Amino acid sequence: MPMTTRRVLRTVESRTGGSGALTKALRYVFPDHWTFLFGEVAMYSFLILVATGTYLALFFEPSTAHVVYHGTYAPLRGTEMTKAYASALNLSFEVQAGLLIRQVHHWAADVFLAAITVHLLRIFFTGAFRRPRDINYYVGLTMLVLAVVEGYVGYSLLDDLLSGMGLAIGNAVALSVPLVGGQFGVLLWGGRFPGTPDFLSRLFFVHVFVLPILIATLMAIHLALVARPHHSQFRGRRQKEGNVIGTPMWPAYALRSLGLFFATAAVLFLLGGLVQINPIWQWGPYEPWLGTNGAQPDWYLGWLIGALRLMPHFDIVIGDYTLIPNPFWGGVLFPGAVFGFLYLWPTIERRWSGDRRPHNLLDRPRDNPTRTAIGAAVFTLVVTVFFAGAADRAFVQFGVSYEFQLWMYRALAMLLPVVVFFATRATCRHLRDRGGHPARDSGARLVERPREASRPLSRPARGYEPRGTETAPEGDARPTGTTKEE
Amino acid sequence: MRRRLAAALAWLWRYAVAALVLRASRRRTGYRERELPASPRAETLTAALLFAACLAGLAFVAIYAFDDANTQLLGLSIAVALGLIAAALILAAAAVVPQETLEEERPRFADPEQEEAPVEDSAFALREGIDGVTRRRLLGAAGAAAGVGLGAAALVPLASLGPAVGNRLAASPWKDGVRLVEENGMPVKADDLAVGSFLTAFAEGADKEGLATSLAVVRVRPEELELPEERADWAPEGILAFSKICTHAQCAVSLFRYPLFAERSPGPALVCPCHYSTFNVLDGGERIFGPAVRPLPQLPLRIEDGALVAAGPLSGAVGASWGRVREEG
Repeated sequence: MPMTTRRVLRTVESRTGGSGALTKALRYVFPDHWTFLFGEVAMYSFLILVATGTYLALFFEPSTAHVVYHGTYAPLRGTEMTKAYASALNLSFEVQAGLLIRQVHHWAADVFLAAITVHLLRIFFTGAFRRPRDINYYVGLTMLVLAVVEGYVGYSLLDDLLSGMGLAIGNAVALSVPLVGGQFGVLLWGGRFPGTPDFLSRLFFVHVFVLPILIATLMAIHLALVARPHHSQFRGRRQKEGNVIGTPMWPAYALRSLGLFFATAAVLFLLGGLVQINPIWQWGPYEPWLGTNGAQPDWYLGWLIGALRLMPHFDIVIGDYTLIPNPFWGGVLFPGAVFGFLYLWPTIERRWSGDRRPHNLLDRPRDNPTRTAIGAAVFTLVVTVFFAGAADRAFVQFGVSYEFQLWMYRALAMLLPVVVFFATRATCRHLRDRGGHPARDSGARLVERPREASRPLSRPARGYEPRGTETAPEGDARPTGTTKEE
Repeated sequence: MRRRLAAALAWLWRYAVAALVLRASRRRTGYRERELPASPRAETLTAALLFAACLAGLAFVAIYAFDDANTQLLGLSIAVALGLIAAALILAAAAVVPQETLEEERPRFADPEQEEAPVEDSAFALREGIDGVTRRRLLGAAGAAAGVGLGAAALVPLASLGPAVGNRLAASPWKDGVRLVEENGMPVKADDLAVGSFLTAFAEGADKEGLATSLAVVRVRPEELELPEERADWAPEGILAFSKICTHAQCAVSLFRYPLFAERSPGPALVCPCHYSTFNVLDGGERIFGPAVRPLPQLPLRIEDGALVAAGPLSGAVGASWGRVREEG
């Protein structure tokens, strides 16, 4: 160990007494499983968002003052627009590397949300939300909500046509809140849509200060709550409830994780450099009387536009008072129900299974067929509605009748979740009882193997004993293929 | 009897001690597997990747320094630099540093249903802090009251964000005699509008960004019209004007569908591109498809010296629905 390292360590120890904690941190064990990387990808995307966003904020001007554009982009020269839009154009065309950073920022936001979503699916389907990690699950869900809002606010800042159309819809959703909607919309926008100049500067402050700080704070709490009980892990030969087995932080895991950071950054910069995203100059500035066909929001809002479209046309009106205007169903009730389900699920599962014990060993999705089936059904519903949000693209691009698509998606949104629920549950039960690995032992590869080799590689989840039909006595190793459960 | 009980207790005690000792000793023997790679080739390769990353980074600098720095090359060079560093780190993690699998004991948290002990200390510490305080409930209630008062005071300034609703959401520049103008301020002439055409018009002198200001003006053949009786004279020469803002979610109703073969096709309609609410123009803007609930407000028109002029206010509230949107028409 070189002298300088020791000197630094001594300095730290003599001032903070922290070398014990440092040693512990260096020996902190990370279980090896690829699904644990999604959360890290999300965290690293957030770092890149902060870095690129800081750069963008040096050039972007959140002002609704009107200017006439005289910049490099010829087709828009002479057009009257807000300074916000003009500065976003200048940032894209005049600032060296400005377009690169703007596109990386946009891609990073899309990847951030995607990584969080996949991470959430992993947590849900492996039962990682159970005690002692339930609080952390709520923290993570809250970050997801904030991240969706942050993304929406971010692309609404630019005042191009698409951002304005998104805000028009957002304002309609705000107005649709029962009883207080009118006041709510007027308060947020400083008046009737499109609002006063105050609105844009508020939006900017929320985007660059309020929400990032909330997300960063929750992220710190999230990490602390991961580290405190240590990572969860999948069941294995040595893996027990009371231990954690894997690679220590130093050196291999630190290097690997840093490698993941750089790999994430590399992919984002590759996307930002080579794959165009949100070409704001093509749409032109927003005016309330302008609209364009086939417009799509960023992917993480697709399920909301889909819900607004699929909803049949009805308001709830009492006398001449409009209690619930239509945008409420798709814009508030649907996302509210989906997130409500996610927030309540740990409680529901605890009540229904009667299992209140802590779980550090993860389930495989098949270990809990009912949970997996319910999760898959809800996910299917959201994905179907998401695709309905892209119906206008199918209409514009392929000429598939919009009306036909709408009825088809309405039917699919009702049917598919039910089908998926039963199919998933049956598959899970089958896999669990066979005890094989779905990829290695799938029916697709007809490998004859002796009977005794088809013993289960793992047991059904300990501690999970649903009431009713499928009770698996604890420790039952189930030599399958020989007995049948009746 | 007592001796047998004592013997049984001693026996139990020995087992308990043995179990504890076993448990404690199991705790110490954590599993550890360590392997030193000692691979000079991997070290060389890692170093090579890092040097290459340096070059790619410098390439970014060089591309940036050129006047017409292009986004693709900038993105590519920095991505290559980052990617090479990623490759170097992942290679180092896998083939340069010691490969180690470690078992670590997990901290055990108390089970609230089984053991009470771990929280007793904190509970005691908390209780100690209010020893000798006699009017606890009074103080608690007073504290809550202070919280309510301060909370209300903290929330009230939110009202400064925006004005009260009042009739703000109903404001409209349209009344009898207001002229229709194009985006450049020129009056809209009836003769300039061909059958099947679609034009955006504004109220003369009004703020163009005002939600109620913009209109979708379309022309159909007068004999096609199926307007309700009280609107019979609202569409001179088959020219109709509607608010351009969709009553569902306030996007601009910017698509006009006018059939070339009226017998076979659905009739002329205005369509909002956001959620495809579709409004029949012939019967005065009734919704025929999509999530909108209220019809598109229609503006009664008359023609003065060949120019279009409003003959009265819009037939309904402009923009998305909210609580009082259906009041007072």
